[in-house]
Amino acid sequence: MPIKTAENTLKVHSIESYGTHDGPGIRMVVFLQGCKLKCLYCHNPDSIDTHGGEEHAIEDLVRRAVNMKSYFGIKGGVTVSGGEPLLQSKELIHFFKRLKEEGIHTNIDTNGRVLNHFTEELLDDYADLVMLDIKHMTEDGYQYLTGAKNKNTTFTFAKHREASGKKMWLRYVLIPGITNKPELLHAMGNYFKEYKTIEKIELQPYHKLGVHKWDALGWEYKLNHIKENTDDELKEAESILKAYFKEVKIN
Amino acid sequence: MKVLEFKNGIWDKEINVRDFVIQNITPYYGNHDFLVGPSQKTQKLWDICKSAVKEERQNNGVRSVDTETISGVNSFEAGYIDKENETIVGLQTNELLKRAMKPFGGYKVVQKALSEHGLAPSDAVNELFTKYVKTHNDGVFSAYTAEIKKFRSLGFLTGLPDNYARGRVIGDYRRIALYGIDKLIETKKEDFSKINGPMSDSVIRLREEVAEQIGALKDMIAMGNHYGLDLSRPAQNAQEAVQWTYMAYLAAVKEQDGAAMSLGNVSSFLDIYITQDLEAGLITEEEAQEYIDQFVMKLRMVRHLRMEAYDEIFAGDPTWVTEAIGGMFADGRTKVTKTSFRFLHTLYNLGPSPEPNITILWSYGLPQNFKNYCAKVSIDTSSIQFENDELMRITRDSDDYGIACCVSFQEIGKQIQFFGARTNLAKTLLLAINGGKCENTGTQMVEGIAPMTDEVLDFDKVMDNFKISMKEVARVYNDSMNIIHYMHDKYYYEKAQMALIDTNPMINIAYGIAGLSIVADSLSAIKYAKVKPIRNEEGLTVDFIIEGEFPKYGNDDDRVDVFAANAVADFNNELKKLPVYKDAAVTMSVLTITSNVVYGKKTGATPDGRAKGIPFAPGANPMHGRDSNGAIASLNSVAKINYEDSQDGISNTFSIVPKSLGANEEDRIDNLAATLDGYFDRGAQHLNVNVLDKETLLDAMENPEEYPQLTIRVSGYAVNFIRLTKEQQMEVITRSFHESM
Repeated sequence: MPIKTAENTLKVHSIESYGTHDGPGIRMVVFLQGCKLKCLYCHNPDSIDTHGGEEHAIEDLVRRAVNMKSYFGIKGGVTVSGGEPLLQSKELIHFFKRLKEEGIHTNIDTNGRVLNHFTEELLDDYADLVMLDIKHMTEDGYQYLTGAKNKNTTFTFAKHREASGKKMWLRYVLIPGITNKPELLHAMGNYFKEYKTIEKIELQPYHKLGVHKWDALGWEYKLNHIKENTDDELKEAESILKAYFKEVKIN
Repeated sequence: MKVLEFKNGIWDKEINVRDFVIQNITPYYGNHDFLVGPSQKTQKLWDICKSAVKEERQNNGVRSVDTETISGVNSFEAGYIDKENETIVGLQTNELLKRAMKPFGGYKVVQKALSEHGLAPSDAVNELFTKYVKTHNDGVFSAYTAEIKKFRSLGFLTGLPDNYARGRVIGDYRRIALYGIDKLIETKKEDFSKINGPMSDSVIRLREEVAEQIGALKDMIAMGNHYGLDLSRPAQNAQEAVQWTYMAYLAAVKEQDGAAMSLGNVSSFLDIYITQDLEAGLITEEEAQEYIDQFVMKLRMVRHLRMEAYDEIFAGDPTWVTEAIGGMFADGRTKVTKTSFRFLHTLYNLGPSPEPNITILWSYGLPQNFKNYCAKVSIDTSSIQFENDELMRITRDSDDYGIACCVSFQEIGKQIQFFGARTNLAKTLLLAINGGKCENTGTQMVEGIAPMTDEVLDFDKVMDNFKISMKEVARVYNDSMNIIHYMHDKYYYEKAQMALIDTNPMINIAYGIAGLSIVADSLSAIKYAKVKPIRNEEGLTVDFIIEGEFPKYGNDDDRVDVFAANAVADFNNELKKLPVYKDAAVTMSVLTITSNVVYGKKTGATPDGRAKGIPFAPGANPMHGRDSNGAIASLNSVAKINYEDSQDGISNTFSIVPKSLGANEEDRIDNLAATLDGYFDRGAQHLNVNVLDKETLLDAMENPEEYPQLTIRVSGYAVNFIRLTKEQQMEVITRSFHESM
């Protein structure tokens, strides 16, 4: 077993060995610890703290992925999610490089707020797919939902990915009364309609499965008043977005 | 009448259905769009069947029984569901769902089964079987040793076919359609003339067997005559091919009531006839589907007379009409045909069902369209199972095989097997730490194991003792099996099925084990944690205190998975050392059916922390809730058990909630197909798949009438969920349902 150093480890929140909702096919999903946002609906609030998590040797994670490789088939592979995985971009370069050596498909699920030279190398050279989370199309909405300013960093990130010509999916959490307004959906469609690298947009139905974790952390969950989506709401959003995107999927 | 045009080969010079299929098959690579719904006739018949089944359920599981007739190939007049709507005819008795007595396996069982429904055999039958006729059961118990009886009654050996028919033999039911019975009789007569002296035991026995087979073939012609069918000649069109094949199977289930009465692999054989008739414009797709729907409907109506105690081991009144579908030829072509799809489609046309036990022979090379359709059917119905064609075809060197019962390879028409139920490997391990005594009664079972007084169990000592106890249990098991199969041949020989198999076929003896995950976890606990036995006054362990953590089977952790793989290899090796009746080759399965519940009841506390009486995990599954690293890790652990060491099959049951399989139908289909590709690529042998929400099962427990066809896969077969006992239902519900998002 190699000695763990800051270089060859990742800070992991948890691992899902049969991920079927985080990218194409069957995937090993590595949820990394730490995020600079604090989204009101976050279903993994215990992954936000950048000081938490468990150190995992990258080689160990690669070995686990290799053991699962036969299940990945043509479509599946490894997804890093979070938390915000790009906070560990430098280490991820090593992880993804090894996965590519093993012939495994790589995918990053990100809020797109980190774009430095490590991120660029990771994205351009090693990430087969990026799933970019669009939080909100207005600055006010973005700040309300995430607690952070400057939604445009996400758009800059999207532009970089588009310029690289590599595949991207968008993800959008459909929160009744907050993000499901038709004008917001049209705005998003109009913004991205010319993008050639976007294969699909995934609508993430709003759910409250993570609320107990907020309670456990002693944090107040502010969206208690919001109900989960009805089928009609999901279908309406889907039909609006279909005008702009090749594929709209309700995840 | 049009003459069928077949490509010749070896098959027209000798009895060789495999060659006929190879020469004449039309593999199909397309999708399922060509399939059609049930015909009106089929719907009318199925409505009658459904209400008859409901009546049966309301009448304590038995609609009616003939208490006068001893069932044989030709002992009943024709029976119909509704003659004018039946394209494929034939019932086991003269009435739908009327059960028949087959007392040659054991008369007491027949008496018991009848008395549980307030009935008794007729006086004439009673006189015969109490005064004059000796049964298989009588034979076995006249030869059993005191030692075997002890192992049997204390639950070390369970479910042995010593008071019921052994089953598992698969006749090549296609032969009657392809050759007609006259030709088969002629061939058997030729064989008979070549079995000559010196007249040793085995030569005399074989002559008698072939003579019996010829008699059975003649009976089959007579049985066909009741229905106005001339089975003496080959089938001349698609409808006859299906009808003739069914008649051959019907003969088997009229004569025998073995636990498992598999069908083999008939679908692509029948496809050859259907394709010709379709191409000649003689039939439509609706008619083709009607033949298969009605054939399958008949298979669903097969019944045997069982006593209630039987339900503990084999719950839900199963018959294991196992039909293997798919797979590849050794030449690299697929065996998938349109009729493979038509068979699967019956699960929509007639609704989900445990029978026939549809088994997909999965290979990486199967057409993707077929893989996807299988995945879809599995997701929609939870009624089918999957087995690794690559692994079995190559290891066992045949591409024309069926599945006997649940997971057992059997080359069709060339090989048979002797069913052997299973031994309780967890109790065998407890012998190792209790000085060779039964943990429940203190009875000395095995000599040569010193009593253990250690405060903390020592791994090496336990392993040394375990090897001794495995050796001894294997010896007693082998003794019992030799007696059982000698007597079954003598008193309840499967003459109808054997008539459809080559003379003097190769035989596999099918031993089995239960409790594998408990053995693996127990050894892991002893090795990696501290296990302190709590002993009673007699020195028997009644419980264990475990201090510390230990790796558990089901998490893809080699430290413990190796114990599972080694236990299988070691026990199999012990069995291999022992001589077997008729020189049968040794195979072994890791399979429990539903007996994992009753095995648990008979087993004291185990060193893995399992309390006394708690059910085992089914088959080779990890223990409930201990596979905590997700679905793939769990599958990978099971895949490490080497098929070479367990050639009768390694059963694994995988339950997952629909949402965890994917966000929509397309994803779920893709992901299930990928899971099967992945699992079998790891060298695994079998997978039962359930795609169900626990809530559905809980609701079905509360409102059974609303779920008459809810089907669920358990170890190696499928059952009607509402026909399980409450205890078995709870056991199914507490199993690991892979659930994550």
